[in-house]
Amino acid sequence: MAKIVVEVMLKPEILDPQGKAVAAALPRLGFTFAQSVRQGKRFEIEVDGDPTPAQLAEVSRATETLLANPVIETFVVKVEK
Amino acid sequence: MKVGVVTFPGSLDDRDAARAIRAGGSDAIALWHDDADLHGVDAVILPGGFSYGDYLRCGAISRFAPVMGSIIEKANSGMPVLGICNGFQILCESHLLPGALTQNQGLHFLCTPQTIRIENTSTPWTTDFKQGAEIVIPLKNGEGSFQCDDQTLAALESEGRVIARYVGENPNGSRNLIAGISNARGNVVGLMPHPEHAIDPLTGPTADGLPFFTSILSAMVGK
Repeated sequence: MAKIVVEVMLKPEILDPQGKAVAAALPRLGFTFAQSVRQGKRFEIEVDGDPTPAQLAEVSRATETLLANPVIETFVVKVEK
Repeated sequence: MKVGVVTFPGSLDDRDAARAIRAGGSDAIALWHDDADLHGVDAVILPGGFSYGDYLRCGAISRFAPVMGSIIEKANSGMPVLGICNGFQILCESHLLPGALTQNQGLHFLCTPQTIRIENTSTPWTTDFKQGAEIVIPLKNGEGSFQCDDQTLAALESEGRVIARYVGENPNGSRNLIAGISNARGNVVGLMPHPEHAIDPLTGPTADGLPFFTSILSAMVGK
């Protein structure tokens, strides 16, 4: 069983109020390392066996169609064992 | 005139939209998300709410409901469609309108009477307004910040497709204070604030929203 992971992030130019709120909360808790924070989504998709290039291409198509909105978001598809 | 109102799982404002349509002089026809049949309606309203729980992104799942296939096809051939709040989000996810609605800049869910200015009175949903009219209707959403790239924004502005703009302080971070836009043809309109909640001073802050619902009758009958 392999895991296909899709990570979706807002494009850099799109305002991310949640990320900004997290970035503002960290120093209040004494964590001072963050210059900025962006928050995204991660999808874990289990498939039988090693994914083929065709399967990965299909996942990319599904991501463009449903999982991500290409108007405001970018994504990467990768495989985790 | 028959104006359809779609109910998705999680729609909230379908009944108010139907009431507003009747107050505007048309017949309100209930449409169901899982039924591709539009029952011969002349126009459609996608109401506000939290269709499919706003899961994934607001409107992302509703956009693939069977009824939306029929609505997208008809909208592309000129049928008037008005999306209010969640309906606006669904229209953007359907690519009937450009851009996207993202989380309010201040992170808060807003629920407040909001002044907007009507900037385009040539759409079938705004013909009964005076150009530049300032009206007060409820704004209630968490993801109402209109975002798009610079090129799209320039096109919306130069083609007069910003149909309504927030007046005063920007409530949610929308680019250029945009509260509502139309497609290039003008038949598809998305609006973030809620005119259907402001058709009668007894139940809303004003009756300023009513012209959206009389406009559709004037526009279709006047043809």
